[in-house]
Amino acid sequence: MPGSPTPVIDLSQVTKIYGHGEGEVRALRGIDLRIHSGEFVAVMGPSGSGKSTCMNILGCLDTPTGGTYKFLGVPVGTMNADQRALLRRNYLGFVFQGFNLLSRTTALENVELPLVYRHVPKEQRRAMARKALQEVGLGGRETHVPSELSGGQQQRVAIARAIVSQPQVLFADEPTGNLDTATSIDIMKLLTSLNEQRGITIAMVTHEPDIAAWTRRVVRFRDGHIESDQVNQPVREL
Amino acid sequence: MFANAIVLALREIRRNVLRSTLTILGIVIGVGAVITMVTIGEGATAQVQADIQKLGSNLLQVFRGQGFGGPGGARSSSPPFSMADVEAIKNEINGVRAVAPSANTSAQAIYGNANWSTMVTGTDDQYISVRDWPLATGRNFSDSELRAGAAVCIIGATVQRELFGQEDPIGVSMRLRNLSCQIVGTLSAKGQSGFGQDQDDLVLVPLRTLQRRMVGNADVNSIMVSAREGVSTEKVQADLERLMRERRKIRPGADDDFNVRDLKEISSAMTATTRVLTTLLAAVAAVSLLVGGVGIMNIMLVSVTERTREIGTRLAVGAMARDVLLQFLIEAVTLAAFGGIIGIALGLAAGAVATNAFNVPFVLNVGIVVLSFAFSAAVGIVFGYFPARRAAQLDPIEALRHE
Repeated sequence: MPGSPTPVIDLSQVTKIYGHGEGEVRALRGIDLRIHSGEFVAVMGPSGSGKSTCMNILGCLDTPTGGTYKFLGVPVGTMNADQRALLRRNYLGFVFQGFNLLSRTTALENVELPLVYRHVPKEQRRAMARKALQEVGLGGRETHVPSELSGGQQQRVAIARAIVSQPQVLFADEPTGNLDTATSIDIMKLLTSLNEQRGITIAMVTHEPDIAAWTRRVVRFRDGHIESDQVNQPVREL
Repeated sequence: MFANAIVLALREIRRNVLRSTLTILGIVIGVGAVITMVTIGEGATAQVQADIQKLGSNLLQVFRGQGFGGPGGARSSSPPFSMADVEAIKNEINGVRAVAPSANTSAQAIYGNANWSTMVTGTDDQYISVRDWPLATGRNFSDSELRAGAAVCIIGATVQRELFGQEDPIGVSMRLRNLSCQIVGTLSAKGQSGFGQDQDDLVLVPLRTLQRRMVGNADVNSIMVSAREGVSTEKVQADLERLMRERRKIRPGADDDFNVRDLKEISSAMTATTRVLTTLLAAVAAVSLLVGGVGIMNIMLVSVTERTREIGTRLAVGAMARDVLLQFLIEAVTLAAFGGIIGIALGLAAGAVATNAFNVPFVLNVGIVVLSFAFSAAVGIVFGYFPARRAAQLDPIEALRHE
């Protein structure tokens, strides 16, 4: 809810510098960004604008060089790799452009994966994974392996994997980048309903305006700065 | 955490049957080779021991000369023994169960149309007792036959088979060179000795018969002494050496011109030799086990590269570095252990076939089975650790971006 006291994500003056001396690359040059619970944000920008770097930092896959990043009010910058892994395990979900499913592994086992690392007992794990698959409209496909599924279906499995552990924030990196338009619309409908029905906060990187149009807030990056941060009236193609 | 890692590792192995099979091939061959070699070696050792046992228990032999004779040996020039020596051993040495003289010559044995070249041993009625060699049929030499040098003989199983076949030879006369002698007994079959000799290919005649009617001298070539059960053969051997030096008037400091051989000594020497050979073979096979370990490392390393994106995904969904480390390590150990089990099964099977083919007993060495299983698991840990660490140290972003 915008205006609530503790944002889920709170970046202040975050910088990221790769390399040293002459060859150094300033990927982020002082980013201030707050995302509150329940938001659906699109992050846009040309390649090299720093949007991916920013998403990696938000997803606790990378650490900032300067500035502070607070997740639910807790500073992340000082955490070690294991602590960040625990944060990802318990609060974050990821959806990738290339789906990143384990090949030759059934949809059910793919969705179970985060729960295995959470040490959820087998029976409960199975039940939760099955429920998540039903939620993304893939009930009955539990035993299919990725190669037996279409691109859209694979991305649905990946989304089921991301939401199975009830994350606070779902990070989607070009989730429709490998999909055709019709399938893209299906995926966006699914993400919208997860945001609206389940209240999952979603941050999504995309370079397609059509896709960004589905969200309620669009943040544009350029040369390591935030160029614009606008409220958007989401499209409703139902 | 451990149970989870096992679940993930087993899934991974099942997911890639061909790769897993190739990975363990080296271990399978290594363990299989070790088990086969050791099984054959142990079988040979057991066979040697059994063969030596057949020669007679607690048997000591007194020979003329030193060493094993042959050209340049002192055997021919040393004086022979006599029946007086035999009597002296019987009377003066404690712990002796039986003593028998022995003088040998080779001769043609002829019966009807059959003839057979064999070894004739002149001895007395103690021979079968010293050699622990019961008669199959008939009787032993009598005192009067021994004293008179009668033309009687006891034949070994091979001679019986070659000359008489199924016919009962007892009471029948056969010719040894020009001597016609009556068969009074047959020896039970003893089989081959540990040196590959057919022990049953012999004819026993009274010593005096051989001396007077076949070779024309009064020599005793060797004396066989059997120690009583529970008596140390070392002590009997020492006593024999002292007595013979005395009787043969060898000055203190001078070398013996005779030789007392303890069959147990030969037995333990031969057993030790086969043991060394077994160890050697096993060591060579162990090298292939090591090579198998390197194979596991190679495939696991390739697999880390191949599965970089997968590792990235695992890290993204919340796996810690040590979860990935453990998964890869358990994969390697499980594969190695699988390989070990299959190798043990194949090795025992090959060992069974080989021991059967070489005609030696199949001896199951539980120690080596346990050892090679433990070793293959250890190979998994050692050679799995390096790739596992590499996988765990991957940067999640780099790993996710990997194509």
